[in-house]
Amino acid sequence: MGRLKLKTKQNLIGWGFIIPASLFICVFYFYPIIRALILSFQTGVGVNLKYAGTFNYARLLQDSLFKRSLGNVFIFLLIQVPVMLTLALILASLLNDGSLKLRGFFRTALFLPCATSLVSYAIIFRAMFGLDGLVNSLLMNLDLISSPINWMGTPWGARLLIVIALTWRWTGYNMIFYLAGLQNIDPAIYEAGTIDGATGATRLFRLTIPMLRPIILLTAIMSTNGTLQLFDEPMNLTNGGPANATLSVSQYIYRLSFQYSPRFGYAAAMSFVIFLLVAVLALFQMKVGDKR
Amino acid sequence: MSKRKLVIWGKYLFLSLAALLSTFPLVWMFVSATNQSVDVLGGRLLPGTHLMKNWSNLLRNTNLTTAIYNSMRNASVATIASLAVCSIAGYGFEIYYDRGKDFVMRILLLSMMIPFAAIMIPLFMLVGKLNLLNTTSAFVLPTMATAFLIFLFRQSARYFPREIIEAARIEGMGELGIFFRMYIPVMRSTYATAAIITFMGAWNSYLWPLIIMQSADSVTMPLLVSNLIAGYVTDYGVLMLAVGVSVLPTIIIFLLLQRSFAEGIISSMS
Repeated sequence: MGRLKLKTKQNLIGWGFIIPASLFICVFYFYPIIRALILSFQTGVGVNLKYAGTFNYARLLQDSLFKRSLGNVFIFLLIQVPVMLTLALILASLLNDGSLKLRGFFRTALFLPCATSLVSYAIIFRAMFGLDGLVNSLLMNLDLISSPINWMGTPWGARLLIVIALTWRWTGYNMIFYLAGLQNIDPAIYEAGTIDGATGATRLFRLTIPMLRPIILLTAIMSTNGTLQLFDEPMNLTNGGPANATLSVSQYIYRLSFQYSPRFGYAAAMSFVIFLLVAVLALFQMKVGDKR
Repeated sequence: MSKRKLVIWGKYLFLSLAALLSTFPLVWMFVSATNQSVDVLGGRLLPGTHLMKNWSNLLRNTNLTTAIYNSMRNASVATIASLAVCSIAGYGFEIYYDRGKDFVMRILLLSMMIPFAAIMIPLFMLVGKLNLLNTTSAFVLPTMATAFLIFLFRQSARYFPREIIEAARIEGMGELGIFFRMYIPVMRSTYATAAIITFMGAWNSYLWPLIIMQSADSVTMPLLVSNLIAGYVTDYGVLMLAVGVSVLPTIIIFLLLQRSFAEGIISSMS
């Protein structure tokens, strides 16, 4: 009887330990997402809201700027994420070689961009990629281009700039995941592969990639999630321009809510679409990742 | 044999080039902090003589000391509060495991699927209603408990020997005492990892402070840096110095504690 009581007491204490954190997550994650759903069916300025059915969602379909921002984000997603993940995979497999000298140095150097805040690196890139800036003069001195590239003044220049910047910031981050995954692979498998005559590319495609599949899937989901929510970079690097060519959805939501007269209901509908997209794409990637 | 050598040289060349590209923008930023605006925009590669001038301009034209103080305070409070709430929860989920708690944990993990962009408006309205705009509380509360940190501490509690707990109970130590006096000292490295990740995230946080820190007195470092480009004329020498000040703490933490940092990132995949 005493023992049972003790167990119950311990169980209650256990609940006491987890309740504060659980409450915080309910209040600051679950409540707001439900609130966002409710808000998305309301219209009005500021906090004067009234129900309007699916008006906001109908308006979304008509909003060319929303389509543009969604298109921009998908351009970044489709170009940048594959390039970055491939690069990270190549770098990780090069660094995983035990006979490589200066391994620690290379790893630290490649991982260093992760210590830079998003605002900071966006601004550094802004300074480097000016019309008469460092990058243009370097490229011209190397005779790679004949006239300076107008990075921030042309739609595709600005998009390319965002892609380059994102790749700089996040390649090392993904590389660390792959390195960790590679270190868990038994070297004997590689040795067996080498004896069977597998080299270079064959090894990468037949051994490394299949065995890293769960981690590749994870990094793909994380990158997709991050790109769909892109904000700091277009805000500080290109300010969404030129002519909204790099405007991201988060940035548009921010403008609607906090820069013009606040349209919380409409912005919430947009937010909810982002939430659904993140969820759907994650599920889709899991399905595809499992099948291969 | 010579082909093999060529491949090895190619590897080193590729890695060196990648390492150069990774580090160069940061090095150049620190160099540019010593140059005047025209030279920064012109892509000057050598250190100049304008460091002190940029420094005095930065101090004169911005609330630099306020921003550093605010960022330090916000990030420190966020780190301590997060670690306290999440570590005890992670410990609770593992040590007092039962079906009910496991179910709660599964629900909490779902919160990782919710993007910040989707909840920022309701969060802003909530914080406004609670009259917390411009306060550290508003900064800290929404990210105080995260499923990621709870998960991290739950995983580490899994490796905490149960014999220690049983022995302590027999000696009459209370459950809270066991957590504070037994678990925390043993799990120092998990705490270090969690602290680094949380501190860096809070120090670099931009969108949330941009929304809630509306008064000049509550400005944080990322906001200060970002505000510098919003003016009509931007002095890029001063701007690079401000960027340098804002990244210096995280770069130092990174170089000193790189191992914990990497472990922290990786532990998120388990």
